[in-house]
Amino acid sequence: MQKPLFLALLQLADDHLILGHRLSEWCGHAPMLEEDLAMPNIALDLIGQARALYSYAGVVEEAGRDEDVLAFGRIEREYQNLLICELENGDFAQTMLRQFYFASFMLLFWERAQVSSDTTVAAIAAKAVKEAKYHRRHCGEWVIRLGDGTEESALRMQAACAFLEPYLGEFFYVDGVALEMAENSTLPDLLSLRGAWLADVSEVFGAAQISPPNLSHAHKGGRQGRHTECMGHLLAQLQYMQRSFPNMTW
Amino acid sequence: MRKNVNNLPCLQWLQNERNLVTVIQDIPLWEVFIRPRNGLAHRHCGSLHATDAEMALQAARDVYTRRGEGLSVWVIPSAQIVASDPQDRDEMFDPSDDKIYRHPNFYNIPDDVGHM
Repeated sequence: MQKPLFLALLQLADDHLILGHRLSEWCGHAPMLEEDLAMPNIALDLIGQARALYSYAGVVEEAGRDEDVLAFGRIEREYQNLLICELENGDFAQTMLRQFYFASFMLLFWERAQVSSDTTVAAIAAKAVKEAKYHRRHCGEWVIRLGDGTEESALRMQAACAFLEPYLGEFFYVDGVALEMAENSTLPDLLSLRGAWLADVSEVFGAAQISPPNLSHAHKGGRQGRHTECMGHLLAQLQYMQRSFPNMTW
Repeated sequence: MRKNVNNLPCLQWLQNERNLVTVIQDIPLWEVFIRPRNGLAHRHCGSLHATDAEMALQAARDVYTRRGEGLSVWVIPSAQIVASDPQDRDEMFDPSDDKIYRHPNFYNIPDDVGHM
């Protein structure tokens, strides 16, 4: 039986690694040079947060696994990220909307986690909150500009909104681990973030002239390691080097 | 804050063989000025393309401050900068060439003053 804190850190770390990896796929392919730097900047922040979380998870687990083993040395069913993090990027609108959803959620999450009863979690949160704040700002501005831009960009933002909608409810999925983390004040109570997150999304969507998402139907499974079809392909790329040359360094 | 983003010419979408990409055209150019530390002046460090002031500021941060270069950023529409014409160089700048007395080279500075 693994420790709840280890599992909670692993879930968070997986969210950040997988989404960071996805976003990094844009490197060299962004629609403009400025964004070709902005998106990898965000991806690097996310992967940096994942590293801190994996490292601490390894310490908590006390099984000798370091950040690299946790990031690269597990099979698909052992990853516990939210499904929204592993979905393919789609077009620029879909990419930006997903990043906005995640950044808006994580900003609220890290803000509250700064007062965690666990000092390491609080320290990770204090660093991450600044990064999430910028991610939310940057991606939010793009959501507004695409949603309220041209006829074509508005259609694409609406399509992105419809596509991502069933993956939003999982942000607030509370399992035994999340419950215990909230009860001992290690991590925020997910349900308590829901109202503030919806308000933030609604504000940006108002400026973007798009209807707020409906959270009534939510895909689940990420936290139990049941992934979408996208995940295996992602891991094949992510893990290639460590699988081919175990324990390689450079 | 309401953004004036209607009818941006920059977001014309076209399809190529690989993916759907935005085609960038007619996006304004901005000049970027960075102040590295307190007490120093903002210095010009480059330019970038952005649709409006907020995106220009963010792009300046993302493009020019990735290695801790700055504490403050200015962005200015390049079109707003009034520049001298290179063809006017002779009349603009040559007349100062022979006015060596404008340089503070002819003062004896007392030793007590030290390095100025």
